[in-house]
Amino acid sequence: MAKRIELNVDGKAHTIDADPDMPLLYALRDDLGLRNPKFGCGLAQCGACTVLIDGQPVRSCSMPVDAIGKGKITTMGGLVQNGKPHKVQEAFIAEQVPQCGYCMNGWVMTTVALLEKTPKPTDAQIEEALTGLKCRCATHASIMRAVRRAATA
Amino acid sequence: MNTHLNRRHFLATGGALTISVLMPGEIARAAVAGLDKRPPLDPKKLASYISIRADGSAIAYFGKMDMGQGTDTGVAQMVAEELDLPAEKVIILAGDSGTSLNQGGASGSTGVSHGGATLRNAAAEARYVMLEIASKQLNVPMEDLVTANGVISSKTDASKKMTYAEVVGGKWFDTEVEWNGKIGNDLSMKTRAKLKDPKDYKVYGTSAPRRDVEYKMLGTDDYVVDIKVPGMLHARTIMPPRAGAVPVKVDEASIKDIPGAKVVFEKALLGVVAPKEWDAIKAANQLKVTWSDVPAPFPDQKDLFTHIRNAKVLKAGGSPKNVEPAKVEEAFKGADKVIEATYEWPFQSHASMGPACAVVDYQPNGITTLWTGSQKPHFAGDGVAKILGLKPEQVRGIWVAGPGSYGRNDAGDAAVYAALFSKATGKPVRYQGMRHEGSGWDPKSPASIHTIRAGIKDGKVVAWHFHSKAFDRLNVSSNESDPSDNLGAQAVGFQAKPGLTYGTPEESYAFPVKHQTWEVIPPFLEVMNPLRSSHLRDPLGPEIHFANEGFIDEVAFALGQDPVAFRLATATEQRDKDVLKAAADKAGWKPHTAATKTKKGDVVTGMGIAYAQRNGTRVAIVAEVDVNVKTGKVHARKFTVAHDCGVVINPRLLTQGIEGNICQGLSRALHEEVNFSKDNVTSVDWLTYPILDITERPHEIDVVLINRQNLPPSGAGEGSMRPVVAAVGNAIFDATGVRLRRGPFTAERLKAGMA
Repeated sequence: MAKRIELNVDGKAHTIDADPDMPLLYALRDDLGLRNPKFGCGLAQCGACTVLIDGQPVRSCSMPVDAIGKGKITTMGGLVQNGKPHKVQEAFIAEQVPQCGYCMNGWVMTTVALLEKTPKPTDAQIEEALTGLKCRCATHASIMRAVRRAATA
Repeated sequence: MNTHLNRRHFLATGGALTISVLMPGEIARAAVAGLDKRPPLDPKKLASYISIRADGSAIAYFGKMDMGQGTDTGVAQMVAEELDLPAEKVIILAGDSGTSLNQGGASGSTGVSHGGATLRNAAAEARYVMLEIASKQLNVPMEDLVTANGVISSKTDASKKMTYAEVVGGKWFDTEVEWNGKIGNDLSMKTRAKLKDPKDYKVYGTSAPRRDVEYKMLGTDDYVVDIKVPGMLHARTIMPPRAGAVPVKVDEASIKDIPGAKVVFEKALLGVVAPKEWDAIKAANQLKVTWSDVPAPFPDQKDLFTHIRNAKVLKAGGSPKNVEPAKVEEAFKGADKVIEATYEWPFQSHASMGPACAVVDYQPNGITTLWTGSQKPHFAGDGVAKILGLKPEQVRGIWVAGPGSYGRNDAGDAAVYAALFSKATGKPVRYQGMRHEGSGWDPKSPASIHTIRAGIKDGKVVAWHFHSKAFDRLNVSSNESDPSDNLGAQAVGFQAKPGLTYGTPEESYAFPVKHQTWEVIPPFLEVMNPLRSSHLRDPLGPEIHFANEGFIDEVAFALGQDPVAFRLATATEQRDKDVLKAAADKAGWKPHTAATKTKKGDVVTGMGIAYAQRNGTRVAIVAEVDVNVKTGKVHARKFTVAHDCGVVINPRLLTQGIEGNICQGLSRALHEEVNFSKDNVTSVDWLTYPILDITERPHEIDVVLINRQNLPPSGAGEGSMRPVVAAVGNAIFDATGVRLRRGPFTAERLKAGMA
């Protein structure tokens, strides 16, 4: 049965009526009309749906909307502050990373979280943070360049 | 309507014209161009290819699309070059049957070589027309006029000048052109103008930036999954647990607790729709279905290659250069020794990043719109028209960036499903598959066996026979204009029309007798087949050349020769020798006549080379691998790629496209194999169909671009995918002495080989 649920997304408060078991992804896409997080697998295996909750990367396809509580949700679009993209977005743009770009939420949001914790990561630390994310167009070379660039920005 | 069309193109020009509302038909075309009226699309009219906007910038109407390799940027550069405009002053409006002629969609790496070449001619003609008009108005002979940066001026009197905007800005060209009468990739038109001399190129060879990166990174524009139409329903399909089974009983009451959820059940087509996406997904999971009892369609997977070997042959063919079969056998009889090897390659999946999505708004009395991530939106629109019983001109196909595209994936199925569900419900429908459909039910690249024989006499190859036996390259056509290729259409009774074709290696090796043949076998199921086969990026290229180039190495070593030296001596075209030499030199190739098996601790290292042609493009790749002898795990540490695709238009985007192909090719070499039970495909997600992980990335990809300034571009979308598997296989042999003749090169397989 539908339940009234409050969500804080990209600094704005929203209230939706939703099945409490519905994954957060559908609240963001369908109820709030946001287009950033994508459905890739629905199984938390790829990262295309990744958002930050209180700064931690979360696969929104597998997180029940009712389990978020007061957590502050940030989407990739919400990284843009006062019209200025986040340095990770700027680095990915400068390196022209995406081909289809459908997977980018995972790489960007996970990199944002990595650089918060480890501002100057080694290649090994970057790989450790990003392992498991999928990019079917196989832009891995560009992704590594962009993450290194963001870390030195 | 709340839809978006390639808004990025307009943003790329500084936002002078942004379109966020778009309606089908004439109004939309006018709105897109910022003009009151656009003449109907007609290949005989220059206006169908190009227009000059009121500010003097140009729009080229591209009947293909870009899947993120920068094709549209390259085409903009080609148009800009002929118009003497900077690249950023050329907008490419791509992949919309309402604004562009059908140039075949993305197909066979022809975006630049065919699609771009046609628009380049259109640009040259547009410049010619503008010179004609300016000549009259300025009273200066055409030959005394020059163009630069959108300004036409007299060579002798600089005060006599007009901008493009003043000549035709904001108006449609009313010039007739001569076209070749071919719709699709080959569509071309003639220009009266002489194309620019390569020595005068200014825009070619520069690294103009891509146009789609910002919106993809900032989330500021729609993908096809983001299209929303008022009143739209979400749809999902329910697929049989055993392939070939059809629904016989559906318990609609089993989803009655889900708000607004409804069943669509027509013949074997079974879906659910709901106003909310999550409800459609829940309904699809919850719906109780009784399926027909059918025999298991597949053999045991371990018998796949035995099945292919023993299967009846539906069609055979070969290279047009083949000699009489009797002469081939005669040549082998004259040999001192015959070497033979068989290579095997599994089914592979597109496994696009997300399952395919399409939105269809069925309007039987107006214009029906299809929003699709398909590579071929014009053809997909034609297919939707046929399944809906409409005329082609009643359907507008609009490409919107989708979740990845590497050939004939599940996008065609999504378009037909959305169309059928929209018609059945009378509402606009957004359909997206689930992961198990994206991986499990997409058309696969066909599993194959390749047997190669070489006859040796006096230390030389005197006879060569390359033979493939495989599933159909086009059991599902790559062109989406026939709905019968799609699962949804097959479910409502359309019969598949298999293409029955295959291919042969492309290289320039010369042997006294050289023969290349193929045989195609029947699919496991005629329709609704999760192992139906079609095009996956560089169709057949990786597997055919895995066999061909692996065997070239085997023959070189059998003759006591170095793999690079043997190729250089055997390839006959100079450009092929050039890429081979460039890759080997840059990689620091050390000649050897046997596996070097360099060992350090638990790791053996090796270097392998492979090369191939692809429709005029030539690529040689040296792979360097580390193999852990305890685990069998391969790390392809470095690739050196020499690439010749004629003239280089955008070196940076070309290099990045090559890097993508290397990594995707490596993924296919190391991991990718569609697994199946006797009932169905069991590779249904990323755990059961793993792809390359960031931890497995090559640490270095060194790209050598050979720029043939005077040769036309021959395509770069897929050529560098072609030799990757072979180069990795040859490097693994060099490291371990183990010749893997079956892919992918998994740790288990290599460990078993080394045991």
